[in-house]
Amino acid sequence: MRRDIFQAVADPTRRAILTLLVTGAMTPNAIAGHFDSSRQAVSKHLQILTECEVVTAKQTGREIHYHFNPEKMKEIDIWLEQLRKMWMDRFDQLDNLLNEL
Amino acid sequence: MKNNFEFEADSTAKKIYIEREFDAPVEKVWKAWTDPEILDKWWGPKPNRIETRIMDFKVCGTWQFAMVTPEGQKHWLYAEFTGIETHKSILTKALFFDGEGNPVNSGPNWYRDTRFSSIEGNRTRVNIAITYEDDATFERFTSDGYFKQGTAIGYNQLDELLASEKVTA
Repeated sequence: MRRDIFQAVADPTRRAILTLLVTGAMTPNAIAGHFDSSRQAVSKHLQILTECEVVTAKQTGREIHYHFNPEKMKEIDIWLEQLRKMWMDRFDQLDNLLNEL
Repeated sequence: MKNNFEFEADSTAKKIYIEREFDAPVEKVWKAWTDPEILDKWWGPKPNRIETRIMDFKVCGTWQFAMVTPEGQKHWLYAEFTGIETHKSILTKALFFDGEGNPVNSGPNWYRDTRFSSIEGNRTRVNIAITYEDDATFERFTSDGYFKQGTAIGYNQLDELLASEKVTA
């Protein structure tokens, strides 16, 4: 299944994980320590975030650290800008029509 | 700005709020929103256009149309009216479908709540709240949905097109 940024932010736990990682890279254990959910549940969220490419797992010695990827978050802004423009254009077309009705 | 266009998004809640004022009385704006012949003239943002197949404007009725790209590619959309209050509000749930009435995703995919109100100067304010139900909707919109196609072209050509239209108008 294809993953995208919207799936990353759709879940409250994943948003909380992202908020944590904005402050710095963390190990899965350290991340799990912030949540009541099971280690497996957090692991699953990290997997989805990785597939969405909004976090990157990097091996440092024996440990894995998860890093936040801000570039990926920009996709949301781009999509919203397109949506905003679509509605603007649509309404401009309606303005012209209303004059003729 | 004269028409007070506002667009706010809460992407984590998957909600979008849009506000716009029109220089026409509410009856006219309502007609433009509900008459398929008029809708076909403005709902498809250029360079796309829409073709209404069915417009059955009543509660539980549907509006089925295709968004047609300049290359002639059709993206079918389907909206069911879940609430109508004449000159006041239109509630719809919408999804992509294949042109034969079958949803492309397991839908409904998004909900739109459109409110109309009379404002000073015989003008109309329209408030729209769109709620996206699931990730699949976003995925559809961002992958091969009509937004990407429409706006990718739109970004390059739209201003030009609009400008030339103004010249001939």
